Amino acid sequence: MFGRLTLEALPLYSAIAAGGAAVTIGGALLVAIAITWLGAWRYLWTEWFTSVDHKRIGVMYIVLALIMLLRGFVDAIMMRAQQAMALNSGGYLPPEHFDQIFSSHGTIMIFFMAMPFMTGLINIIVPLQIGTRDVAFPFLNSLSLWLTASGAGLVMVSLVIGKFSTAGWTGYPPYSGAEANPGVGVDYWIWAILISGVGSTLSGINFVVTILKRRAPGMTLMRMTPFTWTALCASVLMAFAFPALTVACGLLALDRLFGMHFFTNAHGGNMMNYPNLFWIWGHPEVYILILPAFGIFSEVVSTFSRKRLFGYESLVYATAAIAILSFTVWLHHFFTMGSSPNVNAFFGITTMIIAVPTGVKVFNWLLTMYRGRIDFHPSMMWTIGFMVTFVIGGMTGVLLAIPSADFLMHNTTFLVAHFHNMIIPGVLFGYLAGYMYWFPKAFGFALDRKWGLASFWCWMIGFYLAFMPLYILGFKGMPRRMEQYNDPSWQPYLMVAASGAALILVGIACMVMQLYVSIRNARKTADRTGDPFDGRTLEWATSSPPPAYNFAVLPEIRDREPLLDMKERGVAYQRPAAYQDIHMPKNSAVGVVMGGLAFVLGFAIIWHIWWLVVACGLAMWIAMIARSSDDDSEFTLLAAEVKQIEDARYRALASQTTSRS
Amino acid sequence: MTQAVDKLLRPVVVAGAALLAGACDLRHSAVLDPKGPIALAERDLLFDAFCVMMVVIVPIIVLTLAFAWRYRASNTKAAYTPRWAESGRLDAFVWLVPALIVIAVAVLVWRSTHKLDPYRALESAQPPLDIQVVAQDWKWLFIYPDQGIAVVNQLAFPSGRPVSLRITSDTVMNSFYVPQLAGQIYAMAGMQTRLQLLADAPGKFVGRNSMYSGGGFSDQHFEVTAMTQADFDAWVAKARQAPARLDATAYAALATKSRLNPITFYSAVEPKLFDSIIARYTHAHHAPAAATPAGAAPRR
Repeated sequence: MFGRLTLEALPLYSAIAAGGAAVTIGGALLVAIAITWLGAWRYLWTEWFTSVDHKRIGVMYIVLALIMLLRGFVDAIMMRAQQAMALNSGGYLPPEHFDQIFSSHGTIMIFFMAMPFMTGLINIIVPLQIGTRDVAFPFLNSLSLWLTASGAGLVMVSLVIGKFSTAGWTGYPPYSGAEANPGVGVDYWIWAILISGVGSTLSGINFVVTILKRRAPGMTLMRMTPFTWTALCASVLMAFAFPALTVACGLLALDRLFGMHFFTNAHGGNMMNYPNLFWIWGHPEVYILILPAFGIFSEVVSTFSRKRLFGYESLVYATAAIAILSFTVWLHHFFTMGSSPNVNAFFGITTMIIAVPTGVKVFNWLLTMYRGRIDFHPSMMWTIGFMVTFVIGGMTGVLLAIPSADFLMHNTTFLVAHFHNMIIPGVLFGYLAGYMYWFPKAFGFALDRKWGLASFWCWMIGFYLAFMPLYILGFKGMPRRMEQYNDPSWQPYLMVAASGAALILVGIACMVMQLYVSIRNARKTADRTGDPFDGRTLEWATSSPPPAYNFAVLPEIRDREPLLDMKERGVAYQRPAAYQDIHMPKNSAVGVVMGGLAFVLGFAIIWHIWWLVVACGLAMWIAMIARSSDDDSEFTLLAAEVKQIEDARYRALASQTTSRS
Repeated sequence: MTQAVDKLLRPVVVAGAALLAGACDLRHSAVLDPKGPIALAERDLLFDAFCVMMVVIVPIIVLTLAFAWRYRASNTKAAYTPRWAESGRLDAFVWLVPALIVIAVAVLVWRSTHKLDPYRALESAQPPLDIQVVAQDWKWLFIYPDQGIAVVNQLAFPSGRPVSLRITSDTVMNSFYVPQLAGQIYAMAGMQTRLQLLADAPGKFVGRNSMYSGGGFSDQHFEVTAMTQADFDAWVAKARQAPARLDATAYAALATKSRLNPITFYSAVEPKLFDSIIARYTHAHHAPAAATPAGAAPRR
């Protein structure tokens, strides 16, 4: 009846694991009670969960990302604490628990923090920047969100029922195979990734079509903002790379479920096929995450230097070059598998070639700051912090790209330091810059500057404290993922690293405070212009938060910086002569229902509850057919209603301008 | 006055001393303190590439900070050109300089990768010493086919003589890693990888599995000992005295999961044991049970 699910699945094997489960359940209960107490269930369901509005979906993606950031960070600080104390002793975590923690940290940070954060930012901003009313496939967008959320849900549930994978976030077989790891841990990992991976593939397709087909009149490709360009390239990568991950994990699932031998030690399996497939997704994934962050830096550096972005065309070509090259380097993740020097040298050199367009971008940001008027808004600080820190990670990346040198540094904490040196400043700082930059666009009031700056400095200094020691430990030959060690000379460095993690914790606390303070002051700091930073691009031309239809009349684009162009011609915020009816997509519960079903389906496969698998599969199929045959998926917003909304906006705009002058 | 200076200087001196101690410590770290020509060449590559990269990294960091300060909004004396956004010359510069650096490093990569190919025999007047390496949960077995001995968790060889390793795994994927002598290469069941190493002088080094392989991974280190020829001969003689012999039963017992195994010698080894460990995974379903090479343990 319940497959292999028994009472033994409860995490009573260690007090810390049980505590983690208790916190998870307690947190979920607390949120549920709060919502009930506020009587907000109906509001959340009709206005948010079933919404197909790209802005609301984007906000929900980012809420998911921030929650998962907290969870992933708890994992991180637990690991740092363990390694700081585990010299010649077991520390406070047994190996099987420590191993789950490093696996869930990586899985969460990549799939359920960075991916939703990026997808959320693209969702909120790109349709506004290209001047359209929604993404090309609004319902698909909702489905993608709920598939991602259900994957995240599976990872969270593994805290309470059963165990998570111990195979690391990359899940290399044969260790992740059924023979070495018969439990449910790896299955949780596989199905969380498979389900959310489908969501990411669909998002990628959705954004590609949106950007290519739904731009406002006059918005040629070479007039798109740098963020839209990077979103386009990242989406193309998503659409092409994620299927490789789905295949890799799918084959691993077949090995585990049906005793097949794609990646097993024996019976003709070849374990190295898995890293090949995994990294054919995995390396483009790095650029899926980092390209949109590059786009954000480009926008931020231009806005807060009060200057046109230097070398726009160079930047676009560099972005496209990185996107294409990202598919040619995957083998550098396993130079040490014993391939011939020709193969290794080839992939070492292609890896270095990527450094060229990346270097071009850094120079372009630098030259944008040159002769600007720099406002040290938190977003700009994240950008400057990124530029000085990222180049260090780039340098260590080139060192690792030399195959013979990689033989020395591979699998050590040097590698761990390197990719955190790329992903924290490159990806996370970028998203946080975007979060603080576009927050007023999404909510109509700005985030507090002081708490934002405090958070930046804690993150920045914390980052150096946490990861520079790991570079040194790599030189000392410390492998990654060690639960304990016997070399006393490592411990001081691990203690410094732990103090860095503690400082980052303060940085996260500052972010929470920033949100609290900003919401408290929301009335005072409300922005009625929709353009708090004297913006240059189209998203600032509409109100904050924008109406459901974004633009009452789709704007005519004449320049790369459309809003600045309109301001200079004196036609910004001009009232159109007349409004027209607007066709809008209707909300739909099918997305959230299918996400819920996918969650139960994944859970049922993990625990081998086959009747439930069949039932959920059928239900999803029926939901899909029902949605496909539903022709009544749009409604019309009448011109009069549009006029009413717009009139209110122009009144607010007028009051703000008079109160300013 | 002098007291004040003293007071000010003391933390500076202390911090300086700490930094210096850190730097000395770093100099003796495994990767930066190689004890053989292979690891030395690999480390020198790191240094060369590091120096080349500094040509771009340092100016970028300095310019970023300098521009941020110089062009801060409050500094109204600084030049301000809000519309300046294009320059063919600068474009060429930002594409060509990184490209030239990459070309330089690419040449370095091509040459070094071939020169330091871990499958390529080392040039030496002495013939290489062959050693077979088997990764197990969670220990390392070293088989000396020419000497007819085997040892767990100790890799011994004469210094100055090239060592030629054949590596496989009898469990999940491992990575054989000796940072001071040769770097690392994966150990995979059913496959054989190669690594060459050479120690300049007698000494003791640490070897590890660097690829996470389960609960006992943290303890999976072994001793690497380079000896004089005379000491090595004595070491082999001592191993030959050992009571234990590595036959099929002994191997099966050894291959089960265990942690922190002490150094253990085997005075004799089943012939072709290493090949049979590999063959077990490659031919298992073709060959009937009786044809399984002698000495092979049943699959776990």
